[in-house]
This record gives sequence, structure tokens and C-alpha cells, in this order.
Amino acid sequence: MSTAPPDADELSRRVAAFLAEHDPAATDRLKFLRARFDAGLAWVHYPRGLGGCDAPRALQRDVDRLFAKAGAPTNRPERNGIGLGMAAPTLLAAGTDEQRARFLRPLWTGEDIWCQLFSEPGAGSDLAALGTRAVRDGDRWIVNGQKVWTSMAHEARWGLLVTRTDPDVPKHRGMTYFVLDMTAPGVEVRPLRQLTGEAEFNEVFLTDVEIPDAHRLGEVGDGWRVSTHTLMNERVSIGGAAVPRESGMIGVVAGLWRDRPELRTPGLHGELMRLWVEVEAARLAGERLRQSLAAGRPGPEGSGTKLAFAKLNQEVSGLELEMLGTDGLRYDDWTMRRPSEVDFTRRSPGYRYLRAKGNSIEGGTSEILRGIIAERVLGLPGEIRVDKDVPWKDLPK
Amino acid sequence: MTDLLYGEIESDLRGGVRDLLAGKAPWTGVLAGVEKDDPFDADLWHALAGRFGAAGLAVPEELGGAGASWREAAVVAEEIGRAVAPVPFLTSAVMATAALLAAGESDLVGDLAEGERIAVLAVPFGTPPGEPPARVRVAGGALTGEVPGVADGLAADVLLVPAADGLYAVDAADAGRAPVTSLDMTRRLADTAFDGAPARRVADGPGAVRAGLLTGAALLASEQLGIAEGCLDATVAHVKTRYQFGRPIGSYQALKHRLADLWTAITQARAVARHAAACAAAGDPDLEIAVAVAQAHCSAVAVKAAEECVQMHGGIGFTWEHSAHLYLKRAKSAAIALGTPDRHRAALAALVDLPPA
Ligand SMILES: Cc1cc2nc3c(=O)[nH]c(=O)nc-3n(C[C@H](O)[C@H](O)[C@H](O)COP(=O)(O)OP(=O)(O)OC[C@H]3O[C@@H](n4cnc5c(N)ncnc54)[C@H](O)[C@@H]3O)c2cc1C
Repeated sequence: MSTAPPDADELSRRVAAFLAEHDPAATDRLKFLRARFDAGLAWVHYPRGLGGCDAPRALQRDVDRLFAKAGAPTNRPERNGIGLGMAAPTLLAAGTDEQRARFLRPLWTGEDIWCQLFSEPGAGSDLAALGTRAVRDGDRWIVNGQKVWTSMAHEARWGLLVTRTDPDVPKHRGMTYFVLDMTAPGVEVRPLRQLTGEAEFNEVFLTDVEIPDAHRLGEVGDGWRVSTHTLMNERVSIGGAAVPRESGMIGVVAGLWRDRPELRTPGLHGELMRLWVEVEAARLAGERLRQSLAAGRPGPEGSGTKLAFAKLNQEVSGLELEMLGTDGLRYDDWTMRRPSEVDFTRRSPGYRYLRAKGNSIEGGTSEILRGIIAERVLGLPGEIRVDKDVPWKDLPK
Repeated sequence: MTDLLYGEIESDLRGGVRDLLAGKAPWTGVLAGVEKDDPFDADLWHALAGRFGAAGLAVPEELGGAGASWREAAVVAEEIGRAVAPVPFLTSAVMATAALLAAGESDLVGDLAEGERIAVLAVPFGTPPGEPPARVRVAGGALTGEVPGVADGLAADVLLVPAADGLYAVDAADAGRAPVTSLDMTRRLADTAFDGAPARRVADGPGAVRAGLLTGAALLASEQLGIAEGCLDATVAHVKTRYQFGRPIGSYQALKHRLADLWTAITQARAVARHAAACAAAGDPDLEIAVAVAQAHCSAVAVKAAEECVQMHGGIGFTWEHSAHLYLKRAKSAAIALGTPDRHRAALAALVDLPPA
């Protein structure tokens, strides 16, 4: 067997061979997904033995298309965005061989949902201010503290947890990163109701929770560096999905415009066309980013994708409500529920308008992203810092 | 999907053109030029045409061109925008050339490709691709009428004049041409008049003019991208070195965040302009939509970049002695050229089935 990474033809041969052996119609869903992972056809750019075959990332779309055409079950990625988008690349970058072997397979198949335990009441944009304490006790750690805004914690089997392990050094240095078993004693998940009515996110209270040292990701004190893997991928995964023209919210509004001539006014038309162009420009920028990643020439453009996406979602959903007039004032459901995924398209326009407000807060606020672009991409001077060289314990809180 | 990246040849071409422009057309020279009578920088134009085949990039070799495509030409357009260079690239090497290629003309087009002669489409510069006007009457092989606001009209040796039944070539010496004091003196307008001017028909019907305008609009987006990049670079460099209140002004969020937004808009403009150029190069069926999107988007981005450039430079940005106004004038003129953003959005609305109220 050759060791060169497979090309597109070789991959489609492998998919065909796999499908010949595993009839999607006659195979149990989970059995099928596990076998696909073991065949290296899950995320093809991952290493052999971890669900991939070192193929170029750009070929993933073709592989997914072939499986979809054969009617194969999916791993329901919409239910495990944090797992697939953030936990997996973090495990790949910072995990040990044992950790990768243990966590990646059930993560990819969707058996294990993941959540991200970063934000705290006192640490949001300033993640490195966090105070959840982890104290070493032999080959385990004892954790106490509180996390907040934890999306899907109520569904999650595992959590990405960043803790304070050394309060005596400046904040960026005293942090350590763990994988938390969400079923462990002392983990309490309480829903936090959102302005949309339901609760995607939660508060998570940690009281004397034990974490084996084997679940530490990266070195002790290296939690900040490991978190940056997670955060970089968060911004890419939120803004970077492949999209055909006029998909998402702009498609909804364009459809409304075509179907309901009585709603049309000249002003709304101007606004619609302005936003249509902006969404198309953002889409092409996303496509260009994908092409440069596929060509092995990643640029800094990804930082702008999430920024643009948040602004456009908010403007387009706002336009939709206005276009609808009185109909836009009907909301679908204020009931307090705990959903297992976020679905913009099947909810009412009012929900879209409200939920989009979170897009410029979650995953780094738009203000923070502008700061990152200004400093890291444009090389502008950083903020004046009062917190850099002060031990964490002495910082004003 | 079109290829939105730059290839190796394109990057090499860019490097060469940028060096040439830096040497022969520094902004101080461009500024001095706007007060001279010469309608364009002939020396620079010949160097661009001679050294890089820049005047005939999209013209096949057998017609005397470089046998590349509108993609490569778009890279040259970016650099010309970045340098606000006063050369008839857009007008002669893109618009007139595209019209002649569409018409199957094989004589004049070779002269244009070699940079030996300059031709421009005799249309008001604000004409959008969808509305090529015929302002001139034809009688017995001669033209009569007036066309105001023709870009690079004074630089031209030949005027390509749309009439009701096709496109006519008129020797510039046979036309009346009055210089216009233009908002953008790096690409000057001329009012043209024809009084029984002898003319040769080079194309039947409106197709050739339309091709010239559409290709021009596609590549103008790349020029606008270059303008915007030039403005962003200059502004970032300035805010890093200008101190007020004991800090570089680039450390203030009020400026940083606006520059981050501008950078984001420019990354989008780059993708949009590349798509339009690639569609023009391939004759892609998406060309009309791509051009409408590119003109609506890139026009606004270039103007925004130039306006921010003036503002963030403060008083110096408002002076004649600084380059910012060259960019502002070129950006605003380019936004109106070949159709305002609003006209392109209106054209787009028809193309994507979103009819007006
Ligand atoms: C829907 C949703 C889902 C979320 N899911 C998760 C999750 O799963 N896991 C998780 O860990 N977190 C999650 N978050 C939390 C999110 O990451 C934080 O809310 C975010 O980082 C902002 O922190 P904060 O809420 O403390 O606001 P703050 O940091 O207090 O910000 C308040 C305001 O101040 C501005 N600001 C702060 N610092 C600066 C600065 N230096 N310069 C300029 N402006 C500044 C901010 O932009 C914002 O406008 C979620 C949030 C939302 C809304």
C-alpha cells in the first residue's frame, strides 16, 4: 500500500469500496458511522487511525457528497458544532495519543456531544481573567468554580474546561486546560433562559469535581496557548461553512420578496439589494478563504468572516421583520425549552431577528474581533494594558 | 466556481508592474502631472505596454497581443489603481479592446495591444453596461452628433463611437475634442463632437459596445480594489507613526476598529473583483451578475477607503500636497464610472429576479 495521501480519484474509489461493503440501507446507523471513521473516511484531512487519511482538506466536500448520494446516515454535525469545530482540532493539536484515540471517534460519530466551559461571570472577553480553581492532588485535580453561557451543556458528555492553577503569576501564565466529564459528581448544569425564550446555554457549577490528570490537555500552566487553538477554530467554524449563493437568511428574505408582491416598497427594495450584494461579497470572500486553505496558503482573511457574518445576519433578519409588517409581530414560541440544536431557518422571523443578536457576542464579540484584526493583521499598536504583569490574584475584579 | 486566487504568473506580473510604477510614477509625479496639459503619462504607458505587454494582455498572440486573459489584465488594473496612474489602461486596453475583440476586428486591435495607438469608447463615462447609448447619427458613412464626458478622450488616437446600427471608428483628428476640467485629473474626460466625421464601421449591432462596457466594469472593480488597498496601506502606516496624547493614534480603538472594518471590506472586494475578472476571462455565464455585484460592492469600498484615508490623516490629508486627494477623486469618479452602485443594484435585481416595488 502506498503512503502518499490519496487524491480525489483514489478517495472516490475508497468510498465506493466502503459502500459496497456497508450498505447504508441495511447497516445500523452507529455501526455505519463507526466503520466510516475506522476506514479513514470521516474527516479525510485527519491522520490515519483517527478517522482520516491525510488527504487534502478540500476533498472533504466531495467525500461527503458521495456518502450523501448513497443515502448514508450523517453524524448530525448540527448537534455537535463545538465538538466537531472546536474540541476535535484542539485534541488534535494538544492531546496525547491516548486522548485522541479515546475521544475523537465517539465525538465524530455524534455519540458524545461536547461543550465549551470557558466564560465565567467575571471573565468574558477577558477570558484569561478566569478564576475557576483547579488544585492538584496526586494524579487527579479538584475543581471548584462557576462557568456561564455554556451552550448545550445539558446535552454534553464532555466539556472543554479552562481553569486557574496558579493565582500567583500573571493571568495568562497560570491556566490549565482539561477535558471535563460532564457526568462527574459535583457538576451541576442549570439552564439560563435567553431573550429568545428558550435555553441553549447554561450555568455550570463545579463543586469539588475530580478530574484525572490523564484528562489534562497540554502542560500545566499552558492553558492559554491551548485555548487559542480552540478559539481560532471557533471563529473559522462559525463563519467558514461552504454556502451556495442566496442561502441562509438572505434566501429566506429573497423568497419572501418574490412570493409576496404586496409587501414590496421602494425603500425595502433598496435595502434588500444592498444586503444581497453584501451577503454575496461575504460569500465569495468565504469561498476565496476556502480556496486558499485548500491550496495550503491560509491567510488572515478568516478573522473578517465572522465579523461580517454577524453584522449581515443581524441586518438581514431585521429587514425580514420590517418587510413582514404586522405579520412580523407574531412570534412562534416563548416557552422555556432546552433545545439540542440552533436552527435559524425553521423558526419564526422574530426568532431569527433575536437570535442573530447573539452572533456578535458569542465566539468573541465584534469589538474584540476588530481589535484582533487591527493588531494581528494590520499590526497596529496594542491597547494600553494595566493587567499584563500583575499576578492574577492582585487584579481588580 | 471560479478560481479566486492569484497564480504564480499573476504574482510575478504584479511585482514587475508595481516596481515600474514605483519608479516611473511615484505619487509626487502623478500630482505634478495633474496640473500639466498632457492628458496622460505617455512615457509610462509605453513602458507598461513595452515591458509587460500590458496593453494587450487579453489579446491573442496572433492578433499581436500577449495571449493571456482578463485575469492577468485585472492584476495590472489593481496596480494602476494602487498607484493612481494616469494611463489609458481601462479605456483602451480593456474597454476598446474588448469591444474590438467582440466585433472580430483584427487590425486596430493589434495596434492597441502593442500600445502604438490608443482607442476609447466614445460614451459618457458614467454609462452602465446595460444602456449603451447611441447619441450619434450616421449618414453616408459619416457621423454627426455629440458625446460628452468621454474618459481619456484626449489621449485617444481613435474614437469608437456607438451609433444605432453598430460601432464606428473615427480618427481622433476628425472629431472635435474639448478638455473637461475633471473631478479625477488622473483620468480626464473630454467632450467630443462629430460634424460629418468620416467613419469606418467595425461592428454591427450593440454587442461590441456592450462587451466593452461589461468587461470594463468587471476590471474597474480590480482597479477599485487597488485604490482601496493603497489607501488602507497609507493610512495604517500613518496611524502607526503619528503621535497624539503621547501615543500613536493607531492605538485608539476609534481608529483601529474602523480600519479593521475597512480591511474586512477589502478582503471581500478582493474576492468579488477576482470573481468578476475570472468570469470575464472565461466568458462565464455568471459574468453579468458578477459584474453587477463587483461594481456595487467595490465602488463603495474604494470610496470608503479613500474617505477614511483623508479623515485619519487629519489636516495633512486635506492638503493638495498629500496623495490622499488623488485617491479620493479617482475613487469617487470610478464609483460613478460605468454605472453608479445603485444602477448596478438595479441591474442585479432584474438578473436575480428581485423586481422593484
Ligand atoms: C448565544 C451565546 C452562546 C455562548 N456560548 C458559549 C459557550 O458555549 N461557552 C463559553 O465559554 N461561552 C459562551 N458564550 C459567552 C461569550 O463567549 C461571551 O459572552 C463573550 O465572550 C463576551 O463576554 P461577556 O459576556 O462577559 O461580555 P464582556 O466581555 O463584559 O463585554 C461587554 C461589552 O464590552 C465590550 N468589550 C469588552 N472588552 C472590550 C475591549 N477590550 N475593547 C472594546 N470593547 C470591549 C464587548 O465587546 C461587549 O460589547 C456564549 C454567548 C452567547 C451570547
